[in-house]
Amino acid sequence: MKSSDLRYDLSLIASWIEEGSRVLELGCGEGDLLYWLKKEKSVKERGIEIEESKVEKCIEKGISVLQGDINEEIEDYPDNTFDYAICSQTLQQVFEPRSLIHSMMRVAKRGVVSFPNFGHYKVRMQLALTGRAPVTKDLPYSWHDTPNIRVLSLLDFQNFTDEVGYKILKNAAINTKNNQRHGKLITVLPNFLATYGIFLIGKE
Amino acid sequence: MSEYTDSYQTGQTVGIVEKIFFTFAGSSDPLKLESGADIGPLTLAYETCGTLNPDKTNVILVLHALSGDSHVAGYYDPKDAKPGWWDIMVGPGKGIDTDQYFVICSNIIGSCSGSTGPTSINPETGKEYGTHFPLITIGDMVEAQKALMDYLGIGSLLSVIGGSVGGMQVLEWCARFPDMVKSAVPLATTSRHSALAIAFNEVARQAIMADPNWNEGHYYSGKKPDMGLAIARMIGHITYLSDESMRLKFGRKLQNRSALSFEFGAEFQVESYLQYQGRKFIERFDANSFLYITKAADYFDLARQYGSGSMVKAFSRCRAKFLVVSYTSDWLYPTYQSKEMVKAMKKNDLDVSFCEIDAQWGHDAFLLPSDRLDHLMAGFLKGVSDEIE
Repeated sequence: MKSSDLRYDLSLIASWIEEGSRVLELGCGEGDLLYWLKKEKSVKERGIEIEESKVEKCIEKGISVLQGDINEEIEDYPDNTFDYAICSQTLQQVFEPRSLIHSMMRVAKRGVVSFPNFGHYKVRMQLALTGRAPVTKDLPYSWHDTPNIRVLSLLDFQNFTDEVGYKILKNAAINTKNNQRHGKLITVLPNFLATYGIFLIGKE
Repeated sequence: MSEYTDSYQTGQTVGIVEKIFFTFAGSSDPLKLESGADIGPLTLAYETCGTLNPDKTNVILVLHALSGDSHVAGYYDPKDAKPGWWDIMVGPGKGIDTDQYFVICSNIIGSCSGSTGPTSINPETGKEYGTHFPLITIGDMVEAQKALMDYLGIGSLLSVIGGSVGGMQVLEWCARFPDMVKSAVPLATTSRHSALAIAFNEVARQAIMADPNWNEGHYYSGKKPDMGLAIARMIGHITYLSDESMRLKFGRKLQNRSALSFEFGAEFQVESYLQYQGRKFIERFDANSFLYITKAADYFDLARQYGSGSMVKAFSRCRAKFLVVSYTSDWLYPTYQSKEMVKAMKKNDLDVSFCEIDAQWGHDAFLLPSDRLDHLMAGFLKGVSDEIE
């Protein structure tokens, strides 16, 4: 299995995870990332997913997954059960992201968080020029049906980690295409040009 | 738990199977029961399907519920109208694939389906035990099954799988013989009965014991407490369905009539259904066995037995990888009871997967055809076998 079998952002996250580590993924969907990590990096994997049909797909792949709400399920794990807790493209849909991140950093030594960047120039331009809530390819929802209840940019997240005392160990600002299968790293003006941000955070 | 006589015929079958008997614990070496009583000799009925591999690493033990038996799949005779009770799950290419795994289904002591129970002859008196049969526990059932595994030379179980009271045996296996059980699938079950579950069982038992033919359990030479057993079964059936399933299946529909008749017959379809289930049950089940097995289920309490009351402590002994499955409309063993177990497993860093299947059919759902359960089972078992290789 090549890492290119994974969605672009997931392949970046996968590259940060050490061989043989213990990994918890919150909102793991059909388990693509965990399956890849289990096969290729021999991680000890655990996932949490709320949708029954996706849980079925995970278990069919032979990965260990619990059906449930990430905010509740994470609380049962003892401190430092995992090396990594991953929350990929779910944070913006969480009612209390701050407490979820604290829980991630309680059960794991490190956290990986990724989310769509609301600081992207197209988002900014739409709001500025049309005066309406932005709808883009990466953020295709209207204000009334969006699951994305937390609107944040890459800068917002950096400030947040400073404020709560976590350290950004790695980060990647990316721009994706073809349903996020492909993409590239953005190094210049990331908060303006990147559609997604991925952060690896640790405890100071 | 209930629909063992209504098995579904699907796809390929394991073909002809045989009911096999294993007798052990002779009078010089009886089995010590949890109650302190000794009993022996004991016989267990069992069935096998599939082929045991040379290393004996492909064994799956399937455990049945209250009214089940060892006939899990296939047919005893080509002329049989129906296959074993879980033929939809156990067979070539099915959720539990007999092309890959060697499946053993063991009956339980206390049963009336070939194993030693209240209907068996007490060697000391030459008559049926009746209520002189000692009270047994889920732990005693598992202890007897362990003796069967020893006899078959099987020291490691790839998986132990069962629903309802079968699921209780699964949990007991994991706690009692943790080093033998590689993985476990407790379905639609609980680690201890709620007051509600005990209450239903007690009403069912009272129905049997109030039958004038029950005669303190010594009825084998005369009339049987059929009415009591039929009512017990009807109560059971209510708990195996759900408000939703009864609404969909029966509603307030009348049976073979268009208007109320102002008399005490079975007018509503639901009444007629329950009476039919009761009548069918007395043909194949023993009233005393019903008393013993429901009592064992009520006594079962994994936390008390293995954790001084703490579920987390009880699961700390377990080593198995788990797949826990519950059903949305199961009000006998509701999802919260499965989640309670899952929570305790997580706190012990056990490898556990959990799925709550959306189903209308109440507790019985685990015995009904479900692609979802087939896929979960097949995927989980494949994952477990891959890890062992």
